[in-house]
Amino acid sequence: MAACVEEMDYEILLSRRPIDECSKFIQKRCREVYFVDPGFKILGLHLIGVPPIPIGIEDEHVVIIYVKPCHGAFVLKLPGDGEIERIRSELKKS
Amino acid sequence: MVYPVMTRDALIMLGCPRFPVQTSLAIYLGHRLAGEGISPVFAGNKSTVALLETADPEGWYLGGGCMDLDEVIGALSEGRLDFDLCVVFVHSDADTAYLATVLALSGGLVVAIVFGRDVEGLEERCREVGCDRIVAARAVHNPLPLKEKIDGVKRWLPV
Repeated sequence: MAACVEEMDYEILLSRRPIDECSKFIQKRCREVYFVDPGFKILGLHLIGVPPIPIGIEDEHVVIIYVKPCHGAFVLKLPGDGEIERIRSELKKS
Repeated sequence: MVYPVMTRDALIMLGCPRFPVQTSLAIYLGHRLAGEGISPVFAGNKSTVALLETADPEGWYLGGGCMDLDEVIGALSEGRLDFDLCVVFVHSDADTAYLATVLALSGGLVVAIVFGRDVEGLEERCREVGCDRIVAARAVHNPLPLKEKIDGVKRWLPV
């Protein structure tokens, strides 16, 4: 069962924008950014998007693109919940 | 119509059902694929699946059934599922993100069905994300222009 973002303590940083704009937003905003392929699982969510998909880290939070078919793309800031160390160890910083 | 034995399968991935042609053409495409011996599995959000199941309550054209969009992406990502053919309906920028995701995750042949109002812009975007198999027509309420293009595809998978 896929995780539900509605059950997470999320903050919307960008709402209903084109995917490219969301990607650039994360790269511009976050000092620590990692890139992954579509389908990468973080916080129980499989990321949707055009590769390479950025994941930003801000303090104890992750910043990701979240896509909904009827609402477009969002940039969300979510509590890292232990995922930050995994990302740092598995992925190479850009 | 009696369909041949299903020897292959296809994912029909649908976007937001805001444009009326989508549900009708998805079911029609399922019928066309079944005629080629390809069992269709439909994926969409809750409303999209409800529209399909309401339109075809006996499941005559829904072949392999319906799945939740997030579940399909998860299964493709984890290698638990794949298809010989993936057809992605595209009428928005968000849909091109799903198309790019399917292109990255599936080993099957991927086709985009582009419709809506900005067909030229979306076709260009589909190519940008790496999809060069595109069936497209401007269609919002009337499915016939896109149905004609779908009918123009002689075979969806090589024999």
